[in-house]
Amino acid sequence: MSTATLDAPASTNGKKLENLETVVIRFCGDSGDGMQSVGTQMTNASAIFGNDVRTFPDFPAEIRAPAGSLFGVSGYQLCFSNHDIFTPGDAVDTLVAMNPAALKTNIEDLKRGGTLIVNEEEFNKSGLQKALYEANPLDNETLMAKFRVHKVPMTRLNRAAVEGLGLSLKGADMCRNFFALGLVYWLYDRDAKPTEEFIRSKFAKKPDVVEANLRSLRAGMNYGFSTESFTVHYHVPPARLPTGKYRKITGNEAVAMGLATMAKLSGKTVVFSGYPITPASDILHDLSMFKHFGVKTFQAEDEIAAMSSCVGAAFAGELAVTASSGPGICLKGEAMGLGMMTELPMVIIDVQRGGPSTGLPTKTEQSDLLLAMYGRNGESPLPIVAASGPGDCFSMIQEAFRIATEFMCPVIFLSDGYIANGAEPWRIPNVEDLPRLKIEHLAAPNGENGEYLAYKRNEKLARPWVKPGTKGLEHRIGGLEKKDVTGNIDYSPKNHQHMTNTRAQKVANIANFIPEQTVDGPATGKVLVISWGGTYGAVRTAVLQSQAAGKSVAHTHLKYMNPFPRNLEAILKSYEKVLVPELNCGQLRLLLRNQFLVDAKGYNKVEGKPFLVNELVNVINEFHG
Amino acid sequence: MSVDLPTLPTPILQSKDFASDQEVRWCPRCGDYSILAQMKKVLPTLGIPKEKFCFVSGIGCSSRFPYYVNTYGLHGIHGRAPAIATGVKLANPELQVWVITGDGDALSIGGNHFLHAIRRNIDMKVILFNNQIYGLTKGQYSPTSPVGQKSKSTPYGSIDHPLTPLSVAIGAEATFVARSVDVDIKHLTMVLERAAHHKGTAFVEVYQDCNVFNPGAFSYATEKETRSDSIVYLEHGKPLIFGKNREKGIRVAEGNRVEIVQLGGDIKEDDLLFHDERTPEPSLAFLLSRMRQPEFPEPMGIFRAVERSTYDESVTKQVEAARAKHGEGDVEKLLNSGDTWFVN
Repeated sequence: MSTATLDAPASTNGKKLENLETVVIRFCGDSGDGMQSVGTQMTNASAIFGNDVRTFPDFPAEIRAPAGSLFGVSGYQLCFSNHDIFTPGDAVDTLVAMNPAALKTNIEDLKRGGTLIVNEEEFNKSGLQKALYEANPLDNETLMAKFRVHKVPMTRLNRAAVEGLGLSLKGADMCRNFFALGLVYWLYDRDAKPTEEFIRSKFAKKPDVVEANLRSLRAGMNYGFSTESFTVHYHVPPARLPTGKYRKITGNEAVAMGLATMAKLSGKTVVFSGYPITPASDILHDLSMFKHFGVKTFQAEDEIAAMSSCVGAAFAGELAVTASSGPGICLKGEAMGLGMMTELPMVIIDVQRGGPSTGLPTKTEQSDLLLAMYGRNGESPLPIVAASGPGDCFSMIQEAFRIATEFMCPVIFLSDGYIANGAEPWRIPNVEDLPRLKIEHLAAPNGENGEYLAYKRNEKLARPWVKPGTKGLEHRIGGLEKKDVTGNIDYSPKNHQHMTNTRAQKVANIANFIPEQTVDGPATGKVLVISWGGTYGAVRTAVLQSQAAGKSVAHTHLKYMNPFPRNLEAILKSYEKVLVPELNCGQLRLLLRNQFLVDAKGYNKVEGKPFLVNELVNVINEFHG
Repeated sequence: MSVDLPTLPTPILQSKDFASDQEVRWCPRCGDYSILAQMKKVLPTLGIPKEKFCFVSGIGCSSRFPYYVNTYGLHGIHGRAPAIATGVKLANPELQVWVITGDGDALSIGGNHFLHAIRRNIDMKVILFNNQIYGLTKGQYSPTSPVGQKSKSTPYGSIDHPLTPLSVAIGAEATFVARSVDVDIKHLTMVLERAAHHKGTAFVEVYQDCNVFNPGAFSYATEKETRSDSIVYLEHGKPLIFGKNREKGIRVAEGNRVEIVQLGGDIKEDDLLFHDERTPEPSLAFLLSRMRQPEFPEPMGIFRAVERSTYDESVTKQVEAARAKHGEGDVEKLLNSGDTWFVN
């Protein structure tokens, strides 16, 4: 963190304004304290100002865990910078802890010398007990000496700020999060306007709530300005990002917007069937607002029904898609197999979370790769793509449908909790530049004798897609093994072998119709680091740092998981050593070793958290030797 | 792309137009043959071109049905036919969708989808071939097998209390509920016709004889000697009368129950229960569904036929309403929604 002191103008109350390059802030409090809300606001304010931003919302699975409890702590970390960044940061510069439980569960991540802002009034007997503190940590001089500590009587100050509005004490305390946000806005020289507009529109029907929140925000800012406790505040100048118009986007938003865009531009109906599951539900929520784009959403009775109705919608000739997370994908397996066997196009979105079983519903993990590869009975390979970040979800979901409709098969789209909920600035694309699906439904019989041959394939081994309702092409298909060309039921040995090979060949051939894999860094050298999915940002940043430290390291990030890009083997064999960092126990590594006989090593972690850049730099440098 | 067909007079379709080129592979004398034959008789009468039909099935003997009808058809996976059919209907509401299922398929592995399709009132016809046994897996007891049924998996007799399919459907507030029997050709044809014309989920239970694993399970309803005493035909607006000489009737008794009475003497037809298939309240239909052999004659016919908006219709309406409210979806506007900023 480099700093440069600016001259303090008179209007700053004699306080210094220092320039910083990159700042990491974490808000944490009870799950009902509105931490996600203020984190989002600060992200917006920073993005609109022109910083590059990355976020990491981290919340408990319990909606309202007992107030003050350790497992009820909800956190929102954001990183904003004057240059392009790829992760929400490792260590925290400023930690806002609304209660003792939040302090206890987050203090370890605060940098030595970092700023700690606490609502000191919550550090009372009851609050300390709930957080299982035997003594007040604010009185622990050794601990507090490590940080710049600001004990703020937030509850009292905030109640005073909203006095006279007729709010109950509880109602007044509901605004405390905006007091904290105001203080941080002052500390980091943020423009409060976007947040004020948000408050006005969000609570438009409740003028007293608008007024209260505005007052709280303002009171927080004024507190920073006037109290002697804060002598310095900081400024992070805008980043030099590629020019264009930007908005903030999360992975789930990008998926929903990508699907609505595709429906409209392709003139097809998107039929989305889903069953509520964390962290995928937001895709259903967002899409249900996009009906005017030609999107139909169906909240099915269970995961199996969601997948089965996708098969039905695909058979009926529309763009079928479902979204779930690991436990739901398990349930969908049989119907995915039906989609595979009937060779109908559809997309299955897996927003991965910590497993096995119910696992860690709100935490991220990359442990469904092998489930996606092999989680069906029989020989049933399916194409798999994985988005590398929130914005990338927009194009990759459309790419998944391109593959599905060109090759007539279900495609699995892998996202994860980190991508799904994390936000980043996204350069808004030109509508004219966006891809259009080219879909042709067969309209007349394709057999020499005027008959319809349901499994007569084209040069990509794709069978025809017929829309029921088309005269003369009535046909029946299903999950039983089919005779080549006609699609009639056929259990004969040679035919089954032939059809199994053909289905596998069809998927393998997709490698010829996807981009070649590219490498960041030297084309040959000592170490190749391979990543996939949501770890892109952390791995990319770490490799850049290792390269800057003079190591012979290159990075390649996979988005096509099955089949792999056709030049991947050549890339793998151009380096002495291969390192595969993954948030699982080595699933991509297993696939690479299996397919390419390469002695890839893994760096694996399943703590429900993304990689830190520092840990990866250490791992890479050590691996490099 | 599908093409718009030129407007030509609709050809008169016949039963044979609905026969597919596939060899029918049910066991000899299976009750399914009769259901298939009656279906092929009914379809041409509906005034719908055959490319507009879609048959969807799950797994089981009955679920082979779509292969034998020359329309669009999807042979799905065990229990999921109603869910698959929901997807078909959502994507293309213009198709007339028929779900063919069995007692194990619909009520055991697929119980959930069965309930939810019905309560949503998706415009589809669900024909449940009830033979009280698992046929395709060679003879295990099913969720409709009576207590005590001996089967491959219950050598000492079944201890499961069976489900009554009609009670389940009425419990889920089905808008159309009917029952018929495979060999009663005329009655089955009538019931299938009525189901075809119903808007919403039309549920039909067909007593179907599995002559290999559970022969004669419904002989009381099919044999000449027993039939007239063990079934009672439901006709809208008419009293429930049965017996060889139409000498017995069903009367509502105190305490929400029905009783069998002898006609003649003090009891006139006017004292009997008059069937009303259109009453919105499902209790009467439920009460009728509880009439089981040997205590009561089992009702045949339309138990319930009421109107309620269909799910697929409501989906379409919501899409139209969204378009009316927001205008046609605008991608440019969508991508530029929320807080935006420029980097120069």
